[in-house]
Amino acid sequence: MNASKISARNVNVFYGQKQAISDVSLDFDSDVVTALIGPSGCGKSTFLRTLNRMNDTIANARVEGRIALDGEDIYAAEMDVVQLRARVGMVFQKPNPFPKSIFENVAYGPRIHGLASGSAQLADIVERSLKRAGLWDEVKDRLSDSGTALSGGQQQRLCIARAIAVDPEVILMDEPCSALDPIATARIEELIHELKGRYAIVIVTHNMQQAARVSQRTAFFHLGSLVEYGTTSDIFTNPRQERTKDYITGRYG
Amino acid sequence: MSILVLSFLVVGLGLIAWLTARMRAAGFRRATGARFSSLPSHHGAFVALWTVLPAALFLAVWATASPALVTDRVLTDPAAAQLPPPGFERAALLSEAREIAAGKSFGEPTPLAAKLAPAYADAQSHYDWIGSGVALLLAFACGAWAFTRVRPDFRARSKIERVIMALLLAASLIAILTTLGIVVSLLFESIRFFQMVPIGQFLFGTHWSPQVIDARDPGASLGALPLFWGTFFIGAVIAMIVAIPFGLMSAIYLTQYAHPRARAWMKPIIEVLAGVPTVVYGYFAALTVAPLVRDFAVSIGVSWASSESALAAGLVMGIMIIPFVSSMADDSIAAVPTAMRDGSLAMGATQSETIRRVLLPAALPGVVGGVLLAVSRAIGETMIVVMAASGVATLTLNPFASATTVTKQIVDLLTGEAEFDSPKTLAAFALGLTLFVVTLLLNIVALTVVKRYREAYE
Ligand SMILES: Nc1ncnc2c1ncn2[C@@H]1O[C@H](COP(=O)(O)OP(=O)(O)OP(=O)(O)O)[C@@H](O)[C@H]1O
Ligand SMILES: [Mg+2]
Repeated sequence: MNASKISARNVNVFYGQKQAISDVSLDFDSDVVTALIGPSGCGKSTFLRTLNRMNDTIANARVEGRIALDGEDIYAAEMDVVQLRARVGMVFQKPNPFPKSIFENVAYGPRIHGLASGSAQLADIVERSLKRAGLWDEVKDRLSDSGTALSGGQQQRLCIARAIAVDPEVILMDEPCSALDPIATARIEELIHELKGRYAIVIVTHNMQQAARVSQRTAFFHLGSLVEYGTTSDIFTNPRQERTKDYITGRYG
Repeated sequence: MSILVLSFLVVGLGLIAWLTARMRAAGFRRATGARFSSLPSHHGAFVALWTVLPAALFLAVWATASPALVTDRVLTDPAAAQLPPPGFERAALLSEAREIAAGKSFGEPTPLAAKLAPAYADAQSHYDWIGSGVALLLAFACGAWAFTRVRPDFRARSKIERVIMALLLAASLIAILTTLGIVVSLLFESIRFFQMVPIGQFLFGTHWSPQVIDARDPGASLGALPLFWGTFFIGAVIAMIVAIPFGLMSAIYLTQYAHPRARAWMKPIIEVLAGVPTVVYGYFAALTVAPLVRDFAVSIGVSWASSESALAAGLVMGIMIIPFVSSMADDSIAAVPTAMRDGSLAMGATQSETIRRVLLPAALPGVVGGVLLAVSRAIGETMIVVMAASGVATLTLNPFASATTVTKQIVDLLTGEAEFDSPKTLAAFALGLTLFVVTLLLNIVALTVVKRYREAYE
């Protein structure tokens, strides 16, 4: 029995005829931040989206292989996708708050999953999530304002608050800072540090420094394959593969 | 000279102008060997345009003005003294004389018209010559003037650009001006109507029976409130009860659930439905739906149900509007960023929860705008109600009762023998104006809403 939170074995992903991921096996542990790096188009987002079955929403995408969450195959027929996505939350590249109030944005998940038994408890969950996402102090006086009226960085933290409001076990982040300025980015990175002990976090990033700063494990993808996987310090200081070395030293495109 | 020959002449002149100006410009070019901003063909086109356009413009004005001039001249003829006073009869005689003069009369001519015919022919040719002369002179003079401007450094190229812009502007103005003209004439006739019938009585009166109008108090039987109600009831209530849910649901299915392959054939089919001539829907309403509705009403105990019920017309109108609502809703839903949808799905929401809680609220303004446009279309719709709605105006909430609409009444008022000064006929214009104002307002509101919505997501 594997002790990893998520374990992916021999995963292949196809878009129609085109293979985007070939034979990737990776384990993600709880309490650990794992960074996925690699050149554009190498399949990082695609792989990330297999972990909460968001690829289901793409009409021509097909996933092969076995991905288990706590030993349970998430592609099995009896897997409940609604439950799965409550356990494996996701934060997108571009902040995508719903066109609703800040409160409603965070309350969205708890409402869907029936996590609160009353409005007081719901308000509690919203407050706790916003606090954890480091946004509470900035928005506590205007919870009924529209979520889309916040700044980009605040919107992204709102999306993180929204994701953690349902108490997930894993949080997937796809380039969560690429649309943000350095200050907002620093805040998100800080936040990732604070969240680390509580969730398994998988983050896709193009920013090598960011990967080095926030993650403990790093996986390097190239052309749909996993090239190298190890502790972040090993990957960055002592890569075993030539391709990894070229990429992290910036010699690769 | 006939207008055809004249046009040929003017165009011929234009052609000559083009060739000579081109040659002249080419000559300059060869002589100096330098490069100029305009090519010889630009100079040619410039001079040709100056030759043709003023003459053509004059001819257009002349064609509308000359008939009146001709008639004026005929009226100075001694025989014209016997004409009846201005009115329908006089106009008929004059037009008959004109036909005879043009050699197009059939049957036995009226003696007076026959007497006037030579005068007509005479006046016609008189003004024809004047018109032709002026047109040719104009073409020649303007062409010659333009020709003198052909110089090596003359920027014919940019001048042509401006002429082309002016032409395009004129083309777009024509549609606007025509509409404006229609509105103004509608306004005038309506003002005449409101001099006979107080506007309050017309708008809020509840009794509509234009067939029997008391000459002393025409307003008493021209209260249009039942028509407005009928229009609203059929077009905005019954039709929308059908069109909104079905249109919306088909849009949701097509954007969210349908496999791309299913969407590829279903969407065009729905759009084709929007192109079915409304008279076909009219048939369907009158011959199929209306009897069904009546039978149904009778079977549930409404023995007096009308076979021209509001329900039948409204149902079919609703079906007609479905594709319209569906495609507007489709656009609005498709305009909601996919990121929004993905965000909701990633929270574990199901597809229908995502639609209900995120997509529809986000798309709501667009959908509302689309529905308003659909309403404005429904209340202006004529053919279905002409064929299936009743002519009797009743103020009723009962869908099985007969109801009539503004458009149907306009048709009824203007068909059959119509005297142009009676309140009955003029009422049609007042109705038309009211309908126009209401649909205009609806469209403005709807388009503003839709535009705001589009801007919200860039
Ligand atoms: N919906 C799709 N349909 C077809 N092909 C796709 C689709 N999404 C991605 N791909 C292809 O799959 C490959 C991997 O794409 P993916 O988005 O996973 O790359 P990525 O590593 O996230 O790139 P980036 O760093 O630019 O975000 C690319 O070649 C891409 O063209
Ligand atoms: Mg990506």
